[in-house]
Amino acid sequence: MIYKRKTQSVKRKVKMQNLKFLVLSFGFALCALNFTLIYAQPISSTDLINNAKEYDGKIVVYEGEVIGDVMVRGEYAWINLHDNKNAIGIWLPRDLTKGIIYMGNYKAGGDWLEISGIFHRACPEHGGDLDIHAQSLRKIKSGIPTAEKLDLDKRNLIIVLAGVLLLAWILSLLKRR
Amino acid sequence: MILKPHIEDIKAIGYYLGKIILGLAFTMLIPIIMGFASGEFNPAFDFIISIELTFIAGLFLIKACFTERDLDWMQGMIVVSLAWLAAMFLGAIPLYLSGHWKSYLDASFDAMSGFATTGLTLVNDLDHLSLTHNLWRHLIMFIGGQGIVIIALSFFVKGLAGAFKMYVGEARDERILPNVINTSRFIWLVSIVYLVLGTVALGITGVLNGMKPFNAFFHGACIFMAAFDTGGFAPQSQNILYYHSLPFEVITIVIMILGAINFKLHYHIWTGNRKEIFKNIETRALFITIMVTFFITAMGLSQSGAYPAALMLLRKGFYQLISGHTGTGYQTIYPQQFINEWSNLAMVGVICAMALGGAVCSTTGAIKMLRVGIIFKALLEDIKRIILPERTIVMQKFHHIKEIFLDDKQARAALLITLSYLGLYGLGAIAGMFFGYPFLNSLFESTSAAANVGLSCGITSVTMPVALKITYIIQMWAGRLEFMSVFALLGFLVAIVRGK
Repeated sequence: MIYKRKTQSVKRKVKMQNLKFLVLSFGFALCALNFTLIYAQPISSTDLINNAKEYDGKIVVYEGEVIGDVMVRGEYAWINLHDNKNAIGIWLPRDLTKGIIYMGNYKAGGDWLEISGIFHRACPEHGGDLDIHAQSLRKIKSGIPTAEKLDLDKRNLIIVLAGVLLLAWILSLLKRR
Repeated sequence: MILKPHIEDIKAIGYYLGKIILGLAFTMLIPIIMGFASGEFNPAFDFIISIELTFIAGLFLIKACFTERDLDWMQGMIVVSLAWLAAMFLGAIPLYLSGHWKSYLDASFDAMSGFATTGLTLVNDLDHLSLTHNLWRHLIMFIGGQGIVIIALSFFVKGLAGAFKMYVGEARDERILPNVINTSRFIWLVSIVYLVLGTVALGITGVLNGMKPFNAFFHGACIFMAAFDTGGFAPQSQNILYYHSLPFEVITIVIMILGAINFKLHYHIWTGNRKEIFKNIETRALFITIMVTFFITAMGLSQSGAYPAALMLLRKGFYQLISGHTGTGYQTIYPQQFINEWSNLAMVGVICAMALGGAVCSTTGAIKMLRVGIIFKALLEDIKRIILPERTIVMQKFHHIKEIFLDDKQARAALLITLSYLGLYGLGAIAGMFFGYPFLNSLFESTSAAANVGLSCGITSVTMPVALKITYIIQMWAGRLEFMSVFALLGFLVAIVRGK
C-alpha cells in the first residue's frame, strides 16, 4: 500500500515536471517569436500607422491597390499599396513585381495585392520611412482599365453656357455702339 | 464720421475685379489643353464649364461697372481681397465637378489652400484624380504664389497707375524694378526659368528612381510648382513619401529654399551681386532661425526616440522643419506620426518654424524674416539705450539690399503684422480646441493654415467640422494677404452699413 502511494507521488512529480517544461518551452517560444510575430490577418494602414511601435519589426500581412508607378531600384523595387485609407510603401524583390499589370490612376484601377513582410516604423535602410519589406506577394484581384463615358449633362451645360457667353458678348458690342 | 462709399467707388472696384477674373479665366486654358491632349474628356469638360462661368462673371463685372477712374489705396486693397475670394469660388468649380470633393465647401477649401499656397487638402481618392485636375491643383499654387493680381498686372493691365496699389495689397511690399509691371514680369521670368530647371531636375531624378518618363516629368512639373511657390500639394496621396528617394527630397529642399528667398534678392543674384546673400538681414535671419528651430526639433526627436539613428533623425526632422519654415508643407511622414511619435518639444520646434516663415516678397506666408530681423534689431537698440550712457546716440542699422537706418515706424509696422499673425494663430487654435482637439494639435494645424504652410497633424480631413473648415479658409486668406487688404474690405463693409 505504502509502495503504491510512493509510486503515485513520483508519477505526479514527473507529470508536474513535464508540465513545467512544456510551459517554459512555450514561454521561450513566445519570446523568440516576439521578434517575428506573424499577424496572419491583413492589417489596415490606419492600424499600422497609429500603432506603428507595436508592429515595428514584425511580420505583417497587408493588402491594397497598387497606385502610381512600380519604381525599380536595382534588384529591388518600390510599390505603394493603398487600402482605401492610406497608401504604404512596399520594398520588394524586383522579381515579385512581374505579375503586376495595372497600376491605379485616373484611367485604371490597379491590381489588388496581398503582401506579407516585415513592417518598419522607421526603416533603418530607408532613412526612417514607414514601410514594409515584402517577402511574399499574392494578387487578390486584377486591376481594370476605366472606360471614360462622355458626360452628356456636362456637354449640354457647355452648350448652354456658350450661348449665354455669346449673348453677353453681342450685347456688350451693341452697348458700345 | 464714416463716409458711405459712392457708387463710383463700387464701380471702380467691380471693374478691376472683373479684369482680374478675366485673367484667371485665361489660366484655365492650360488644363483644358492638358485634358484633350491626355484623352481625359470629362475633366476637360469640367474646365470648359468653369472657364465659361468665369468669363461670364468677368465680362459682367467689366461691362456693368465700366469706369475710367483709377483706383485709390483703399479700393486697390479691396479689389485684391475680393479677387482672392472670387478666385477661390471660381477655381473650386472644376474641382467640385470632378466628383473627388465631397462638397463645394471642400472644393473651395482646396482652391483657397492652393491659391494661398498652403497645401492642406480635403480631396478624396487623390491617387485616381485625372492629370487635368492635378495640373490645375498645382497650377493654382503657381498662380497664387506669384500673386493672382500679378497675372493681371503682367498680361492684362497696361500703364495702370493704380497697379502699385493692388501689388502692395497682395502682400508685396517691395518693387524690384522701378515699374511695378516690369517687377511683375521679372517675377514671372524668374519663376519660369526655375520651372524649367526644376522640372528637368525632378523629372530626371524620377526616371532614375524608376518612374515612367511621362509620369516623372509630369510629377516633376507639379512638384516644382508647389515647392517653389511653397505650396505643398503633391500628385499622390502620400505626398513626398510616395517617391522613397533621398535625391528627390534634397532637390525639393533646394527648391523650397529658393521659393522662400525674396525675389529682390533673386534679382541681385541674377545681376551678379552674390555678396548680397551673405549680407542681407533676411538670409541671416533665415539661417539663424532654421538652426535654432532645428535644434529644438532635434532635441524633441531624440527625447522621444522616434528615430534611433542620427541620419534618420536628420533626414526626417530636417525635411519637415525646412518644409514648415519655408511654408511649403511637404511631408515625408504621415500626419498621425507627428502626434504618435514626435514629442511635444519637436512639434513646438516645427510650430515655431512655421510661424516665422521665409522672406518678404517671396511666395511664403507667416511673419517673415525681414520683420523678425527688424524686431530683433529694435530690441537690440532698446537694450543698448538702457546700458549705454544717456548722452549716447544709439542708431541701429540693417542691411537689406542697401544699408538702412532703423526707425520707429519700421519697427512699429513689423510688430503690428507680427502681432496680427500671432493673434490669427491663437484664434485658430482656440477654434480647434472648441471642437475638442487637444491644444498642441490645434495650434499646429492653425499655425499651418494661417502661415500658409500645409503640414498637418491629422486634424484637416473631410470629416472635420464645417465651422473649422471655414475658419481655416479665413486664416489662409487673411494670412496670405497679410491682413491689410482684409482689414480694408472689412472697413469698406462697415462703411456701406454704417456710413453717412
